[in-house]
Amino acid sequence: MQSKKTVVSKMITYGMVILAFVIVFALDQSGLISRHMRSMLVPIGINIILAVSLNLTVGFLGELTLGHAGFMSVGAYAGCLFSIYTADLLPLAARFPLAMLLGGIVAAVFGIIIGVPVLRLKGDYLAIVTLAFGEIIRSVIINLNFTGGASGLKGTPQDSTYPITFVVILIMLFVIMNLVESKHGRAITAIRDNRIAAEACGINITYYKLLAFVVAAFFAGVAGVLFGHNYSILTAGTFDYNMSIEILVMVVLGGMGSIRGSIIAATVITILPEALRFLEDYRMLIYAVVLIIVMIVNASPRFTGMRDFLSPKTWIAILTKKNNGKEAA
Amino acid sequence: MKKYFAMMMAAVMAAACFTGCGSSSSTEGTEGGDGATTEGGATIVIGGIGPLTGDYATYGISAKQGAEIAIEEINEAGGVNGVTFQLLFEDDQADPSTAVSAYNMLMDDGMDVSLGAVTSGACIAVAEESQQDGILLLTPSGSQKECTQYDNSFRICFQDPDQGTYSAEFIKDNGIAQKIGIIYDKSNDYSVGITDSFEAKAAEIGLEIVTKQAFTDQSNTDFSAQIQAVKDAGAELLFLPIYAQEAAYILTQADKAGLETIFFGVDGMDGILEKIGAENQALTEGVMLLTPFAADAQDEQTVAFVEKYKAAYNATPDQFAADGYDAIYTIAAAFEQTGLSSADDEGFNEAMIAAMTEITVDGLTGTMTWTADGEPSKSATAVVITDGVYKAYGLE
Repeated sequence: MQSKKTVVSKMITYGMVILAFVIVFALDQSGLISRHMRSMLVPIGINIILAVSLNLTVGFLGELTLGHAGFMSVGAYAGCLFSIYTADLLPLAARFPLAMLLGGIVAAVFGIIIGVPVLRLKGDYLAIVTLAFGEIIRSVIINLNFTGGASGLKGTPQDSTYPITFVVILIMLFVIMNLVESKHGRAITAIRDNRIAAEACGINITYYKLLAFVVAAFFAGVAGVLFGHNYSILTAGTFDYNMSIEILVMVVLGGMGSIRGSIIAATVITILPEALRFLEDYRMLIYAVVLIIVMIVNASPRFTGMRDFLSPKTWIAILTKKNNGKEAA
Repeated sequence: MKKYFAMMMAAVMAAACFTGCGSSSSTEGTEGGDGATTEGGATIVIGGIGPLTGDYATYGISAKQGAEIAIEEINEAGGVNGVTFQLLFEDDQADPSTAVSAYNMLMDDGMDVSLGAVTSGACIAVAEESQQDGILLLTPSGSQKECTQYDNSFRICFQDPDQGTYSAEFIKDNGIAQKIGIIYDKSNDYSVGITDSFEAKAAEIGLEIVTKQAFTDQSNTDFSAQIQAVKDAGAELLFLPIYAQEAAYILTQADKAGLETIFFGVDGMDGILEKIGAENQALTEGVMLLTPFAADAQDEQTVAFVEKYKAAYNATPDQFAADGYDAIYTIAAAFEQTGLSSADDEGFNEAMIAAMTEITVDGLTGTMTWTADGEPSKSATAVVITDGVYKAYGLE
């Protein structure tokens, strides 16, 4: 049985995403949103999926992995190739969900292949091995012919739209938030907090580690499929370690183990470099500086205090206290 | 102190939001020749996209600067049909997804004609978008085949495979060598495309490729293994369809390894003189490259362009700058051909696209005409580096 607090917290997360979508949709329908803004909606959604799924391994399982872009690329290529070959056979309504499912499954299979040997490692070692995995995937894709090699995979139908991305986000939130709250999720966080104690309690460490790792890989693959169907060209070079690190930045900025935080951070990090375009030559410099400032401020105790005061949690606590008082009276 | 930081950050973010979200955000960008623009006169907005930051920044910056010079010249001369031109140039870091965002931003800013993107991958992504909008796309340097796969897209540079074909023909026709070694960048689409067509043509006309060595962008500083393989294979000529930075490494290391072949590059090798540095300039002696533009050419047009470019940016223009310059003049010529008076005229886009196949442009990179599939037809020329100067082949 879930506590009232977690149910409310989950509802806030869903509500936030739905509200954001409704606002964007309304603005889009009334033509108030610029093309530049609209073209960023799908990338924002993709980054949300990536950040939240990575949060499962980094935040909840407590294992630092840097291979998320690798899983994303595997899923992207699988889904895009599927779409290219079935473009004339299947209608969009069947093809695109199947492509996403396939991309997710292929990425999950890779998650198992990588996870079984690699999850024996922890900390820095795991980070380095997963980083290497991402680079291996990239090199392999470049050297294969059916992936288009270095020149990239072309001709993927452009099926990704922001309403579809929104639906995928909701499905992902449903799966991951329920997983985290479930018995499995508690086992995963137990491994993070004290591995030895968790093992002593009879938790199958390998199984739960792999579970979190594979679920994260699955959604990274789905995000990859969305990404691949958003542009007419897919190049392996996009999925380098910089991308893995960027996703990690979103997770760290949003707060380890905070799904809502990951969503907000993914949105901010995606918009920021585009919003700074007016700075022209100084754009990437200022982007980096802003990132540093955000990280410093985010970690400062005073800001944390202010954030806690503004957070819905505080207000829920205040409100529930009031209600309790009324009931007692 | 932290409060100050937070406030500063908030201010930056707020400012960023306003500029980013506004549908008609600032359009000052990089307008050239403000002094000459007639007040209230119609303006055609040309939108360029290219890497201004990141690994490939030199190409984007060159193309942008070349285009700026052309804009300035045209506007100073009073524009075309009374219309002046304005260039807006956005950074894409050579990344297709960023390029699409930049394209949409430029559309928000009222772009009438697109310069596509400077790099191929980004240009393919942009071409897809521009095709939906129906505007003319003229990429200065997007060399992959798919950059111009739609009816609305054209290019200034050669298509990748053409360079490979021309190189093989040139080597054969001039009897430069018979046994050829290749070192190419397997992770780079440009390099792979040229290598493939070079191989195909070489097989057809009877050149012997004795060895083909690959590297990737992860291993592009040490070429000793590849150079040794070329040496062992007994190549007379080493074909280098790669960019200048790697070519500079190869020339230096080949010298140390005692490899004495002829070196033959393509347009990506342009800029080798700066990359290799003055102290190693002797190594470039006799290096040949196939390039449509040489900054040291003595024709009037090139001399004038190089002079202006040096004065404005304190750098020697490379081929990308010339491509950018030619792209602007081509757009101006196409506009003149349409006979329209502004970009708001009905049928502007269709007229511009139709005009592309009717015009002949005498540019820095040769005299060009275009076919309906977007390919320029111009002659390929090779230069030989002599005493640190590009000299046309046969005249050195």
